Amino acid sequence: MTDLATDLLNGSRRALARALTVIENERSEAPALLTALYPHTGRAWVIGVTGAPGTGKSSLVNAMAAAYRKTGKTVAIVAVDPTSPFTGGAILGDRIRMRDLSGDAGVFIRSMATRGSLGGLARTTRDAVRALDAAGFDIILIETVGAGQSEVDIARAAQTTLVVEAPGLGDDVQAIKAGILEIADVLVVNKADRPGADNTVRALRAMLELGHPTNSGRMVNHHGQMMQTPAQMDEKAEFATAQFTASHHGEEAGAEVWLPPVIRTIATRDAKTENDGIGDLLAQIEAHRLYLSDGERLRQREHDRIDIELRDRLAHTLMKNLLNEVSSEYYESVISQIQARTLDPHSAVRAILSAR
Amino acid sequence: MMDGHAIRILIAKPGLDGHDRGAKVIARALRDAGFEVIYTGLRQTPDMIAEAALQEDVDVVGLSILSGAHQTLVPVIRQAMDAHELGDVPMILGGIIPEQDFEAMKQAGVKAIFGPGSTTTDIVTTIRRIVAERGEPTV
Repeated sequence: MTDLATDLLNGSRRALARALTVIENERSEAPALLTALYPHTGRAWVIGVTGAPGTGKSSLVNAMAAAYRKTGKTVAIVAVDPTSPFTGGAILGDRIRMRDLSGDAGVFIRSMATRGSLGGLARTTRDAVRALDAAGFDIILIETVGAGQSEVDIARAAQTTLVVEAPGLGDDVQAIKAGILEIADVLVVNKADRPGADNTVRALRAMLELGHPTNSGRMVNHHGQMMQTPAQMDEKAEFATAQFTASHHGEEAGAEVWLPPVIRTIATRDAKTENDGIGDLLAQIEAHRLYLSDGERLRQREHDRIDIELRDRLAHTLMKNLLNEVSSEYYESVISQIQARTLDPHSAVRAILSAR
Repeated sequence: MMDGHAIRILIAKPGLDGHDRGAKVIARALRDAGFEVIYTGLRQTPDMIAEAALQEDVDVVGLSILSGAHQTLVPVIRQAMDAHELGDVPMILGGIIPEQDFEAMKQAGVKAIFGPGSTTTDIVTTIRRIVAERGEPTV
């Protein structure tokens, strides 16, 4: 098992692919593998790409990866597609849009099925990203499933989250609803050559003008708790472009705000002949990285992320251990009593906890 | 998949023919049988197929060839797979393959051939058997 970790760290792509399978299938060797890899993580910049189906996420990821390669950075991509809730099968088709990247040893693409997870990622995506990080990729792009309004897991897995929109997908009321737009660090209007692109950009900017969650402190709802990370509102900030620039460094750290810029892209356009907006996008991602890296922000964000993950894992493990301790006959008898209305669910929890 | 997880299969169309309806029908049928199907689309080169099979760590590679170029393509794909240390990953072939070529295809490392008239049940059962026979991959 440690052989697999050693081979992965030595740059074997086959070992990396096998390790991802071990992690994805949650095999018994997975914890030891992740223990061996963890000290080697924390180097990559992880970028999440989310948005509704058909907005062009895969094409955008393809164009971004190609642009990063031109700057000499290595790129890993995790592309998540949905598992059928009826058959457990899945069609993982994101590679179709990523064929330009083939033949490049500086790129590694892995498709993952959600396998029943509902937050836009698979349950093991976070650990898969760790393996890719340990393997030494500079940039890791996570493409979520075509997400609707509440698949916000990506904000907890990525350092910079892009929310991709396309013209004609909804009016300005969609833009002020809660959920996916709130997690955006950068908003992308892809297919910007299509009619209606100006309206989409305008609606998104109007939403930001009304107040973005980063304005009042970033909230990530988790099991009913609101996690808060510091990012204060600057009322005077212009909404249209990212406010943070290197020249602001001298001013009091922490007082700067990040307002998500709205970037137009045309991911399928040939960047050699026409402006596709990808350069602007990468520049804004870099600006966001600089913003987070300033002062305590990145450390605080990671702290909150680890907090959430730890609670997740503790809850999962404690539950498993508890259920191992009580007999299934007893557990079933409790269910029967609740069904018969002789016991209520709240008292049942107390009873089970004291029955151990 | 040896630990009860979905079988991962790469469905690829090598060469230049543009008829991908068959490949899509099979991809859908395999999805409905509970497989995870990595679909790479048209006009894949042998190296693209081998590289995708490596990165995705698939249990089996399914090729769809309708152009009659299987005698040329299949051995080159097998070589590319071997060069990517995927010598133990089985290949299956679908499309229009004349019976007199079956032996040559098997020599080139194809474990099963499905022509017109193959039922999806038959295809699913055969793939399950081939993957089970392969057992746990080395590395």
